[in-house]
Amino acid sequence: MSNLVLSREYLQRRSFIELNARERAKSLFDPGTARELAGPFDRIESPWLAIQGVTPQADDGCIVMRGTIDSCQAVVIAFNGAFQGGGIGEVSGAKLTAALDLACRDNENGKPTSAVLLLETGGVRLQEANLGLAAVAEIISSIIALRRYVPVISVIAGPVGCFGGMSLAAGVSSYIVMTPEGRLGLNGPEVIEEESGVEEFDASDRSLIWSIYGGQQRYDQGLVDVLADDDAGQIATTVRDLVAKGVPAIHRSQQVDPYRSRIAALDPSTQWDPGLVHSWSSWSA
Amino acid sequence: MEQFEFNYPAKRKITKRAHVGVVGSGDLEVLLEPIDSTAASVRIRTSVDGFKNTWKTVLDRFFSQYDAAVHIEINDAGATPGAVSLRLQQAVEASEA
Repeated sequence: MSNLVLSREYLQRRSFIELNARERAKSLFDPGTARELAGPFDRIESPWLAIQGVTPQADDGCIVMRGTIDSCQAVVIAFNGAFQGGGIGEVSGAKLTAALDLACRDNENGKPTSAVLLLETGGVRLQEANLGLAAVAEIISSIIALRRYVPVISVIAGPVGCFGGMSLAAGVSSYIVMTPEGRLGLNGPEVIEEESGVEEFDASDRSLIWSIYGGQQRYDQGLVDVLADDDAGQIATTVRDLVAKGVPAIHRSQQVDPYRSRIAALDPSTQWDPGLVHSWSSWSA
Repeated sequence: MEQFEFNYPAKRKITKRAHVGVVGSGDLEVLLEPIDSTAASVRIRTSVDGFKNTWKTVLDRFFSQYDAAVHIEINDAGATPGAVSLRLQQAVEASEA
C-alpha cells in the first residue's frame, strides 16, 4: 500500500499474498495459457527430508509454470513459503535452475522466453545445507546467463520475504518488484539476534524489522524497481510492463562502484538505524 | 515421522485427480487420484508420531461416506483431525468439479 487508505477499492482488491503459490503463479499468465511442469503428481520430492524425520511435499515447494504473458512466452517459478519456509533444497533448486536453463535454450534458439521468480523463501533449507548452497550458485549463474536475452523478474510479495542466498538471486535479477508487506535481506532478523544479541537487533520488533527489510525501505533505497500494492491485478500488470520493457541497459548487480561507495560511507563503530540507511536513497547511485 | 497405509472397499470410478493443501505447520497436502481397482488405498506420512488410531478413526469416517476407487497420499505437518477432514472433502470437491 503505497498510500494506506482502507478505501472500498483496497478492500475489494484480490490479494496476491493470500493466493496460494500455485494460484499466484497462474495469476500472472494470459488466461488459459498456464500449464504446470514437474507438478505434484510427478512426485519429484526431496530424498533427504524423510530420513531426517521431516515430511516431504510432492512438489518440493517449487512450482514451475509455462505459458504466455501478454502473448510473450514466459516461465514462472513460485516458491511456497508455507513449506519449510520456502527453503531451497536439492530438488526445488534443480527445478528452478532447469526452468531457467530451458528458457535460456529457447532464447538461444530464437524463441524469446522471459522468467518470473515468485520468491517466498528463507534461503537454503538447512536440512539440505550443502546441496542447497550448490543450488543457489547454479541459480545465480543461470539467472545471469538468461538475463542477457530477456528480463528476469523477481517478485517478493509476502511477509516470508526473501533471505539468505536467494536474496543474492533476487539481486542479480533484472527487476525486483516488492509489496510493502514483503521483506528482502541477506541475514534474517532472527539470525542477527542469535549471532549478535538482542541489543544489536531485536527480532521481535516488527516495526524495526520492516523499517530495515520492508518493501518501502528497499524501494526508497533504490534496491527495488517497483513497489506494488498487495493486489493480484496490479502485480500482473507490473510484470507485464516489465516483460515489455525488456532487458535493462545496465543491471543493478553490474553497478559495483556506487553500491561500494554507499557501504564505504557507513561508520560501523556506531549503531545504524533505519533513518540512516534510508538516507542512502539521497546519495548518488 | 511415521508412515502407514489403510485400505477401504470402493464401488465407483472417478476420472479426475486432485491436489490440495500444503505441508505447512498444522496443515497437510492431499493427492487424490483415480485407480482401476475395487479398493481405495491411503498412504499417510506424518511428522507427528503416535496418532495412528486417530488417523484410522478420521479415515473410517471419511470412507463411510465416500466410495470411489482412489489412491490418496497424505503428507502431514501436524494437522488436527478437523483440518484433515476438511482437506479430504476439499480434494473430493476438486476431483468432482
